[in-house]
Amino acid sequence: MDLNTIGEIARPNPVDGTIDWREGDAWLAGGTWLFSEPQPHLRRLIDLHGLGWQPLTISEQGLEIAATCQIAKLVALTAPADWTAAPLIGECCRSFLSSFKIWNTATVGGNVCMSLPAGPMISLTVALEGICRILNRDGGERRVAVEDFVTGNHKNVLQPGDLLRSIDLPASALRKRTCFRRISLTHLGRSTALLAGTLDPQDGVFMLTVSASTERPHRLKFPKLPDADGLRARLEREIPKFFDDVHGTPEYRKHMTFYFAEEIRHELSNKVQP
Amino acid sequence: MSYLVNGKTFSEEPRPGQCLRTFLREMGWFGVKKGCDAGDCGACTVWLDGVPVHSCLIPAFRADSHQVTTIEGLAQNGELHPMQQAFMQAAGFQCGFCTAGMIMTAASLREEDIKDLPRSLKGNLCRCTGYHSIENAIHGVKSVEEDQPGKSCGADLLAPAAEAIVTGKVRYTLDTAIDGLLHLKLLRSPHAHARIVAIRKDAALAIAGVRGVYTWEDVPRLLFTSATHDDYHVDPNDTYILDNVVRFVGQRVAAVVAESEAAAEEGCRKIEIDYELLPAVFDPEEAMSKGAPVIHDKGAESRIRRPGQNILLEIHGNVGDVEAGFKAADVIHEGTYTTHRVQHAHLETHGSITWLDKDRLNVRTSSQTPHITKQKLCYLFNLMPDSVRVFCERVGGGFGGKQEVLTEDICAFATLKTGRPVMLEFTREEEFIAATTRHPMSVKMKVGARRDGTLTAMELRVVSNTGAYGNHGGETLYAACGEAVAVYRCPNKKVDGYTVYTNMVPAGAIRGYGMTQTIFAVESAMDELARSLKMDPYEFRRLNVVKPDDPMIAESNAATDTEFGSYGLDQCIDLVQAAMTRGNGVKRPAAADWLEGRGMAISMHGAVPPTEHRSEARLGLGADGNYHLAIGTAEFGNGTTTVHRQIVSSVLNSTASRVRVIQSDTDSTGYDTGAFASAGTVVAGNAARMAAEALRDRMLNFASKNYSVGRDACRLEHDAIFYNDTRVALTDLFAASRKAGRPLEVVRKAYGTPRSVTFQVQGFRIAVNRITGEIVILQSVHGADGGVIINPMQCRAQIDGAVAQGVGWTLQEKMVFDDSGRMINPSFRNYRIPAYADALERTEIFFADTHDAFGPLGAKSMSEAPIYPIAPALANALTDATGIRFHDSSLTPDRIYRRIFESSQNKGA
Repeated sequence: MDLNTIGEIARPNPVDGTIDWREGDAWLAGGTWLFSEPQPHLRRLIDLHGLGWQPLTISEQGLEIAATCQIAKLVALTAPADWTAAPLIGECCRSFLSSFKIWNTATVGGNVCMSLPAGPMISLTVALEGICRILNRDGGERRVAVEDFVTGNHKNVLQPGDLLRSIDLPASALRKRTCFRRISLTHLGRSTALLAGTLDPQDGVFMLTVSASTERPHRLKFPKLPDADGLRARLEREIPKFFDDVHGTPEYRKHMTFYFAEEIRHELSNKVQP
Repeated sequence: MSYLVNGKTFSEEPRPGQCLRTFLREMGWFGVKKGCDAGDCGACTVWLDGVPVHSCLIPAFRADSHQVTTIEGLAQNGELHPMQQAFMQAAGFQCGFCTAGMIMTAASLREEDIKDLPRSLKGNLCRCTGYHSIENAIHGVKSVEEDQPGKSCGADLLAPAAEAIVTGKVRYTLDTAIDGLLHLKLLRSPHAHARIVAIRKDAALAIAGVRGVYTWEDVPRLLFTSATHDDYHVDPNDTYILDNVVRFVGQRVAAVVAESEAAAEEGCRKIEIDYELLPAVFDPEEAMSKGAPVIHDKGAESRIRRPGQNILLEIHGNVGDVEAGFKAADVIHEGTYTTHRVQHAHLETHGSITWLDKDRLNVRTSSQTPHITKQKLCYLFNLMPDSVRVFCERVGGGFGGKQEVLTEDICAFATLKTGRPVMLEFTREEEFIAATTRHPMSVKMKVGARRDGTLTAMELRVVSNTGAYGNHGGETLYAACGEAVAVYRCPNKKVDGYTVYTNMVPAGAIRGYGMTQTIFAVESAMDELARSLKMDPYEFRRLNVVKPDDPMIAESNAATDTEFGSYGLDQCIDLVQAAMTRGNGVKRPAAADWLEGRGMAISMHGAVPPTEHRSEARLGLGADGNYHLAIGTAEFGNGTTTVHRQIVSSVLNSTASRVRVIQSDTDSTGYDTGAFASAGTVVAGNAARMAAEALRDRMLNFASKNYSVGRDACRLEHDAIFYNDTRVALTDLFAASRKAGRPLEVVRKAYGTPRSVTFQVQGFRIAVNRITGEIVILQSVHGADGGVIINPMQCRAQIDGAVAQGVGWTLQEKMVFDDSGRMINPSFRNYRIPAYADALERTEIFFADTHDAFGPLGAKSMSEAPIYPIAPALANALTDATGIRFHDSSLTPDRIYRRIFESSQNKGA
C-alpha cells in the first residue's frame, strides 16, 4: 500500500552502510512487510537495494547470507554435498505464509528483523546456529546469535540505526542431520508451531529449536539425545509460556510443541540407513 | 526516471512512498486491482521483468528502468494469451475481480509449478469460485458450450463480460480517472461506546490540500438505516450519517476530503476529539439484562421494539403444544448452539465516486441495490428523484455486503458540500471493522421424537447479536426463525427470537441471511436425535421433512404466499445418499491417528425474499437487429446477466449473444429492488421472461399486420421473421416498425410472489486427526433443487463457491475481538479465507429434476442457498468421527484438539 507519510528515499553510504539516522527512518530491504501495513510514524526510507551485498557466500566456514538476500535466491541455493542440513533451508522457506511471488522480493534479513514468532528464517537460522553480524549505528560491528537477536514478538536487539548485515551459518551446523515439523491451522498457512532438530554426527549433540509456538525462538541443547521424559522435562522447564494469537491457542501450541519434539527425538534416534 | 509499462514508456514520477499498484493505476492501468493492499490476495499481480510480483508491495521507484507487464499487456498483437483463452473456455471467474492477478500468476507458472498448484496459487485469493473453475482453466478444461439459436436455456453459456474480464478491460467501481477528484477518508472511533463532547478541526483544516472536515455537526440530523430493502420500514431508523455518539470501535467519527489521499489521511490524524466514555456491552444476553447500558435511547420513529432493553425485535410463536409434544417423546435432545462472527470478504472493497453534472448528483458505486440507494440519498439530502443518478459498473463480489449504504451517503454529502467529485475507497481493514458481518447467534434447541423417529416437538430460543446498529437485524431474525424450522413436519413448535443491540461492529446481510445460524443448530440437533435412535440420518430426514401436501409452518399457522412451486427434497436426499454410499475411493491418510466420519444436513430456502421485491424489464428490438434488455439488477459475479440473456433468447428463439444487457443504472433501467435474496433469476428473471414473451407477440402481431398475413403464417427465427416463405431480417423488421410508428419495445414488471422453495442436501466424509485436530475432506456431495437449471455450468460454479465459503467459515475464518471490542485480526493474513490449498475437495453436484410453477422457465434461485447445510454437515461428520458433539460453528484444529483432549480426560476420570 502507499506509505503516504514518506517524503524521501535515501541511500546509505555504499561502503559501510552508514547514514545520518533520524527519527522516522526505516531500512527498506524488500519492503514486503513495510508496504503491507500503514506506517504513519515513518518519514524516510533508507534503500538498501544499491549496496550490492553478495546474497550468498559459500566458504569452508559455512554459509554467509546477506541480510538483503531474497528468499527466492536462498531457495535456489545449490549446497555442497556434505551439507546434510541443506533440506531444512527449503523446508523453512516453504513455511512462509506468503507465496513464491513474495519470495522474489522479500529478504532473509527482513524476516529476521521483523522478529515475528512465525518468521521461518528465524527458525532456520536459529536451528543452524546462525550468528547475526550487525553494523552499529555509530560504526563498528557486533555479532549476536540469532536466538538472542530475537527477544520477543516483533522485538529484537537492534537499536535505531543499527543494520543487520548478514547471518552466518557455521559449516559444522550445516553438516548435521536435521528433522523438521510444522503445523498451521490452515493448509500451507502461517506456522502455529515450527520445530527443527539437529543431531551432530560427530559428537552426538542434539539441538531442538522451538519457534512459532513461542514469542521468541528457543534452542535447547543436549549433549546427546535425551529420553522422552528428559526432553519433556527440559521443555517444561525452559519454555514456560506459549504464544497466543489467532493462529493458535497457547494450549494447542504447547501440545503440538511437545508432540513434535518427541517425534523429532524419535526420528533422530533412528540410525541413518547406510 | 522512466517507466516501461506494457511496452509504452511513461515519464510520470511516483511519490517516494508510493507502491507500484497505485502508480500503475494512476497511469491508467486499471487492470491492476486492489483486494487487500497488503500482499495477501494477489489481485494486483503484475510482472516485473517477466517475474510475477504483488505490485502493492513493490516500492514504485524500484520499477524504474524495468519492464512492467500488467494484464492489459498480456495479449500480443491482438491475440489473447493462451491462459486468457483458457480462463474463458473454463469460465474461470465469477465476479472477475481476482481474475487479472490470477491470470498473471497462472501465466507465469512452469510445468512443475502447475503440478503443485496448492503452493503455486497460495498467493491468489478468490472468494467466488471455490477454485474449481480456476483449476479447470489452468488444466485447459473446456466447460463452455456453443450458443445456438433457441437452445440457450439449459446450455453452459459464457458470461458476456468474459473477454473484458480476462483482458483486464472490464471496469469496476473505481476503475476510472476523473479530473479534480477529491479523496475522502474517515476518522473512526477507537471506543466501543462514547459521546463526543468536543471537536477541534483547525489543525486538520490547516493541512495543505484539505478541502473539508465534517462531523456530526455538519450533516443532516436525519435518522435512517444503512440496510437497503424495498420497504424501509422493516429496518430500524437508528443511524445518522455522522453521530455525536459512537457505538462500536470503527464507527465513523469524521470525514476529511482533500486533494490527495495523503492529505485526507493526515487530516484524520490531526482532528482532535474529546470523548466521554460510556459503558459498553458486547454480549447480547448481558445487553438484555437489567442495568445494561442502553445503546439506542430512541423513540418509536426508530422502530426499535424495546430500546430500554436493547431489543430491536422479538418473535414469539407457537403451534400445537410443545409441552405435550415433549411428554410424548421417547428421546429428547437439548443443546445450545452458537455461530461465530464471519465476513463476506468480497475482493472488491466498498467504494463510491460521486460528482455533480449540471446540478445532478451522480453516484458510481459498488452496490447490489442501486435503485434503493438512490431513494435513500434523495431522502437524506432532500433531493428530487430525477436529480440523482446511481449506477454500478461491474461489482467485484457482494455476498450481501453491498446491500447496504456504507460509502454513498458520506461521499455524496462531500460532493454536495464542495461541488467537487469525491471518491471513497474502503481499505481491507475498514471492510472488517466498519462494514458488516454475519450475525452471531446463540440457539437453544430442544427437540423430541418417538422411538420410531417421528418428531413430536421442536423448541428454539434464538438470540441474535446485531451489534451497534439494527440494519438487517430484524429481517435476518425472521429468516432465522423461518425455513430452518418449517422444513420439518412436526405438530408442536415453539420459537422465541431476539435481536439485540451490543457495542459490536454491526452485522448485516450476508449469504445465508440469518439461516446458516439456525440451520447449524437444527441440523446438529436432528443429527443427535437420529444418533440416539440409531437411525440413519437420511432415513430420519425422509421420515420427518415436509412433503408437497404438507403446510410449511415455522412458528405460526398464519397463511403465507410461500408454496411448493416444485418439490425436489426427496430427490436431493436420495442423490446425496447414493453418492455417499458409492463413495469416491479417496482413503483417509494412512497414519493411525486419523479418524473418519460421515455427516449430512439439509435445508430449505424461500426462492424469493419474503418482503416486497420487484423488478422491471425493458426489452426492445434495436436497429442492429439485436435485442436490448434494460434491467435494474446488478451483476457482481452472481451470473444473472448470463441467465437473463438465456431466458430472453430462449423465448425469442434466438442466441444469447443477440441480447444486449444494460443494467444497474437508475437513469436507464426501471426500478429494481436489487440483487439480493436470490432474486436475480426468479424476480428479475421473470420480468425478463414476461418482457420477452410480450415482445415476441408484438413482433409477430406487427409482422402479421404489416405484411397482411395471418398471425399463424408468421414465425420468429433467431435473426429474422418469416411469413410464409419470405424472410424479413430483424434489422428490416426494426426499420418497418419505425416507419409504421410502432416501436417494438415492451416493459414488464415482476413481483416476488408467490414464493417457491429450493432445497439443498450436503454430505461430507472427512478424516480428522485426533492429535492435531486437522480435518481433511475426503468426499463432498451436494444435492440441489433449483428447478430447471438455466445454466448448469454457472450453477455448479455457484455451488462450488458456496461450499468453499461455507467450509472457510467453519474450518478457518473467525473475527476475533479483544475485551474493548476492537477486532484483532482485520486482514487476510490473520482472517484466513480459503486459498486453493484449502479447497481441494471437488464437490459432486447433483440436481433434482423439477420444474417450478412460479419461476421463469421453471427455474428457481440457486446461489445463496448452497451454503446452508455446509457447517452442520461438517459438524455432524466430526461427531461421527470423534463421538463428540461440537456446539460452536468454528471448527479450527486447535478447538477440535481441545474437545478431543477434554473428552479423553473425562473418559480417563
